Amino acid sequence: MTAPFHKTLRKHALALVTLLALAAAPFLGFGDGFALSLLARAMILGMAAVSLSLLVGGAGLVSLGHAATMGIGAYTVVAFDAAGISEGLIVFPAAIAAAAAYALVTGAVSLRTSGVHFIMITLAFGQMAFFTTSSFSSLGGDDGYTLYARTEWLGTRILDSRLTFHFLCLGLLALVWVGGGLLLGSRFGRVLRAARENPQRALAVGFQPYPYRLVAYVMAGAVGGLAGALLANATEFVSPALLSWTRSGELLFMVILGGVGQLGGAILGALAIVLLEESLSHLMVYWRLVFGPLLVLSVLFLPDGLVGAPLRLRAAFRFASPKRRNADA
Amino acid sequence: MPDPLLELRGLSKNFGALTVTSDVSLTVLPGEIHAIIGPNGAGKTTLIHQISGTLRPDRGTIRFAGQDVTALPFERRARLGLARSFQITSIVPGFTALENVALAVQARSGSSFRFLRPVAGEAALNAEARAALDTVGLGRVADRGAAALSHGEKRQLELAIAIAMNPRLLLLDEPLAGAGPEETERLIGILRALRSRYGILLVEHDMQAVFALADRISVLVYGRVIVTGTVDEIRGHPEVRTAYLGEDALA
Amino acid sequence: MSMLLVQALNGLQFGVLLFLVAAGLSLVFGVMDLINLAHGVQYMLGAYVAATLGVWTGSFWLGALLSLPVALLVGLALEWLVFRHLYRRDHLSQVLATFGVILTVEEATRALWGSAPQTVLEPSGLTGGPMGGVEIVAGLIYPTYRLVIIGVGIVVPLLLWFLVERTRAGMLVRAGATHPAMVSALGVDIRRLFTVVFAFGAMLAGFAGALASPIFPVAPGMGDTVLILCFVVIVIGGVGSIRGAFIAALLVGLLDSVGRAMLPDLLRLVLDPSSARQTGAALASMLVYIVMAAILFFRPAGLFPGGRSA
Ligand SMILES: Nc1ncnc2c1ncn2[C@@H]1O[C@H](COP(=O)(O)OP(=O)(O)O)[C@@H](O)[C@H]1O
Ligand SMILES: [Mg+2]
Repeated sequence: MTAPFHKTLRKHALALVTLLALAAAPFLGFGDGFALSLLARAMILGMAAVSLSLLVGGAGLVSLGHAATMGIGAYTVVAFDAAGISEGLIVFPAAIAAAAAYALVTGAVSLRTSGVHFIMITLAFGQMAFFTTSSFSSLGGDDGYTLYARTEWLGTRILDSRLTFHFLCLGLLALVWVGGGLLLGSRFGRVLRAARENPQRALAVGFQPYPYRLVAYVMAGAVGGLAGALLANATEFVSPALLSWTRSGELLFMVILGGVGQLGGAILGALAIVLLEESLSHLMVYWRLVFGPLLVLSVLFLPDGLVGAPLRLRAAFRFASPKRRNADA
Repeated sequence: MPDPLLELRGLSKNFGALTVTSDVSLTVLPGEIHAIIGPNGAGKTTLIHQISGTLRPDRGTIRFAGQDVTALPFERRARLGLARSFQITSIVPGFTALENVALAVQARSGSSFRFLRPVAGEAALNAEARAALDTVGLGRVADRGAAALSHGEKRQLELAIAIAMNPRLLLLDEPLAGAGPEETERLIGILRALRSRYGILLVEHDMQAVFALADRISVLVYGRVIVTGTVDEIRGHPEVRTAYLGEDALA
Repeated sequence: MSMLLVQALNGLQFGVLLFLVAAGLSLVFGVMDLINLAHGVQYMLGAYVAATLGVWTGSFWLGALLSLPVALLVGLALEWLVFRHLYRRDHLSQVLATFGVILTVEEATRALWGSAPQTVLEPSGLTGGPMGGVEIVAGLIYPTYRLVIIGVGIVVPLLLWFLVERTRAGMLVRAGATHPAMVSALGVDIRRLFTVVFAFGAMLAGFAGALASPIFPVAPGMGDTVLILCFVVIVIGGVGSIRGAFIAALLVGLLDSVGRAMLPDLLRLVLDPSSARQTGAALASMLVYIVMAAILFFRPAGLFPGGRSA
């Protein structure tokens, strides 16, 4: 009883168009170094946001510490770099494993709580990771660490080509998005969704949500670690700021701005936020004076996110048109 | 007499100074419908909570299918075959009716740590879920969102979920509450058909239904079982007549 | 030994400041079910206003006093502009909207005052000149001002306890936390109650910021650190419990100060000095969170569960 193809297509149209646009961008005048590195950042943050969306929208777990997994991935790359190792087949699996291990340990504790407690605890753990990285004086401490070289793959330096890197990020983003969608539609995902909507019901048929949530939390952490490893390569510089709680807040924002009901929304949200930040910060020094209020307004007026905005607009128009209002009454 | 499916011994529970369950001992035999009646606030729902595992009794033991389950959590008891419905309907509103039931089938058919294959396409799960929906007469609304069902349909859906768990004992907390006369008729029919398959512990206010269905009845007042007996014994019991039933209930 | 005593006093005083911020956060959450990340902003503003007005009026104390009405007004303005539209929304929306408020207010602070730490007048008029000290044990002089903070930290919680437990307004607050519908059914204007509680919490946080300004660097972002530690305090103490918040605040303050001072020295017993310093510093900054994790592992609802359950 899988949904027909055209229906699936329509449901994911916005995300698909975004991914296609990202694929075409280098050939449509966004191929210079600046544009490519901006887009790479957006795609990498999009990856982390999709994994967070899996937690928030799929499992109902609002984590305010997701940036920590990204930071741990990035710091793994840096730690290997400091030790003179830059082989991707070692560095990337290690980054993913480190972030997953962090998620396993912190998740095991955090998931014993729920609601606001969960938000606060994930925030606190994220803060713990932040302070830990800033005390690594051999990795630059507060000042951060400049990567000596991008990660190599079997000794070749293919990531040095910006275009290759662009498509690597795009491919992984698409993979994470498709994988996340499959996950939510699987047996595992059904248990997660049921436990989000009605944990009592999940228990009553025999599912203890905890192990399912923990596995989801670890998976999201692993994707966060992957994103972090990529981000270290994209910016060739890593500092504790990457783990700051405002980063986590921003990731959460990408998820919500895009629309929490669909994983693809997170991609859209990430792109929107990165581009908005970039353009605002070019226009003015104190750009957050505009950015902050925009965030507040989007929460107040776009509860379904960008993905839901067209529907909302249509509804608003219908409401504003007096003829239809009479017809409805 | 066959071994009881469920056996409560000396169950007691207090909420602070309030005694809600007081030294309750009773059994449910395989294939039996044992009804519990009693005025509002008598402690019927609290008793169901303790049997299902959502509340821990202060004293006493609960044996289910020959095993002491007093210390087992809710979901483990469910997996042993103890299915319950809730007095206040508890379904997954964002799922379709079918998906609500399929979730219960899924719980007892293999691991749910499967991550990629679309579960909506698992024919075996869906077939069993449909069968359970058909049993309660909800086959035609299988693909409707559970939130959009009528109140009566939601009650039936809960029953279908419980059936789909393939349980050995059903704990039903006022399954007829809020159902119209037609739905009540149908639900009574369903329960009668189910009795051969499961033991049923039935909490119900509708005396007509209770007298029509129950093999044995226990009367709970202030958390204490004041009498257990057959339908006729309960009908004729003077204490029950005065304390609880009232004349019109027997008419 | 006297070193430990000083650190314990520092910890106590930090704990007291944490409590002043956490109390408002916890009250607002308890009564309005609002999770307000921007509460730390009140603390920061309190410090900035106290510092600026202190320099302007030439008296730290006058500055600190004047910061109270300013914190109150800013709190009321934010409540009117943003927070009151969030009471009915889910916690996620609240987190995000108040996050937006933080970004905005901190940026405004940077625009108005710059990014560098502010100069703060020393609180004068205490024994032994500016920032004078008191000999608490033989040979150990401890700054009087810090003792004053500890004193305030004993008086304010008592006052708060009296307000919440012994007055009509306090009764409404307690009832509002557990049975909001019933309180409004009694004809109490729940909106007004919300506003009053909110304003009160904002003022407490501003007061804490003013008190902290001579001791901690007054810079943008100072509210964030405190806010997150306050979350730890509330989580450890139990959401909605003032008593729990008080005990947890002292615990967190002590752990943080004593840990930072002692751990590197302790580790020197087993490690070489440079790695002892680094590991010690890392461990010290994690200590509070490790203890939080341990407490939650055994008591997921905190030490004093009560009030509204999360
Ligand atoms: N969690 C609880 N805390 C305190 N009292 C409770 C709780 N749950 C139920 N009660 C009280 O226990 C008594 C029995 O309730 P319940 O089992 O729901 O009765 P019934 O289902 O027979 O109507 C009632 O007086 C009710 O108010
Ligand atoms: Mg009941």
